Amino acid sequence: MIRVAIVTRAIDPAAIIASIASTGYGAISLFAGTVRDTSDGRGVSAIDYSAYTSMAEAELKQIVAEAADRFGITSLIVEHRIGVLSLGETSVAIAAAHAHRAPAFDCTRYVIEEIKKRVPIWKMEHYIDGTREWVDPTKASGVASA
Amino acid sequence: MSTVTVLLFASYAESFGGATLEIPLNSGDTVGDLVDSLRSLPGASILPDSPRVAVNQKFASYDQTVHARDEIALIPPVAGG
Repeated sequence: MIRVAIVTRAIDPAAIIASIASTGYGAISLFAGTVRDTSDGRGVSAIDYSAYTSMAEAELKQIVAEAADRFGITSLIVEHRIGVLSLGETSVAIAAAHAHRAPAFDCTRYVIEEIKKRVPIWKMEHYIDGTREWVDPTKASGVASA
Repeated sequence: MSTVTVLLFASYAESFGGATLEIPLNSGDTVGDLVDSLRSLPGASILPDSPRVAVNQKFASYDQTVHARDEIALIPPVAGG
């Protein structure tokens, strides 16, 4: 099973794992990105994610096709949530299953790195001081996010 | 001359003041020509040197020709994850 989705509901990593589990696999790798309470030293209260949804899903499909081919993965699920997320909530989940752990690890890493480069999703950080700002990784101060 | 609709998102939509722009389009215009047209509009100061553009939901090169019915989108720096 290979499936990608942009969702507006809460992401349930346990349900994702359950849906790709099979006795034929010896490894399921799960990456979950979550909303952190600080960004470049500023206190964060929430993150509002938005997307060019149709293109985001098309890019995700392209990325998972590349990953499936590159790592020999046949079970891969990616969900990215949009909307206003509270601290600690899961913004993205990537689960890859394989007979062995290395391809599963490598696959999830590949997918999250490619998402950060080319899937049209944006986030506005809301800070505890009441201000807000669009996140621009091309102007990052060197502190990696998520 | 026809026009083409450009979709805007996130910081670009805020800066240009709307979710879409109608841009004049001459026959044979490329993505690069379109970006040049956008630069003359109010709010364009937010654009980096080479903003990413998608044509029909795929990232496009600046020498690609644009047609009036293409779905054009100006893509701000992505920040998913």
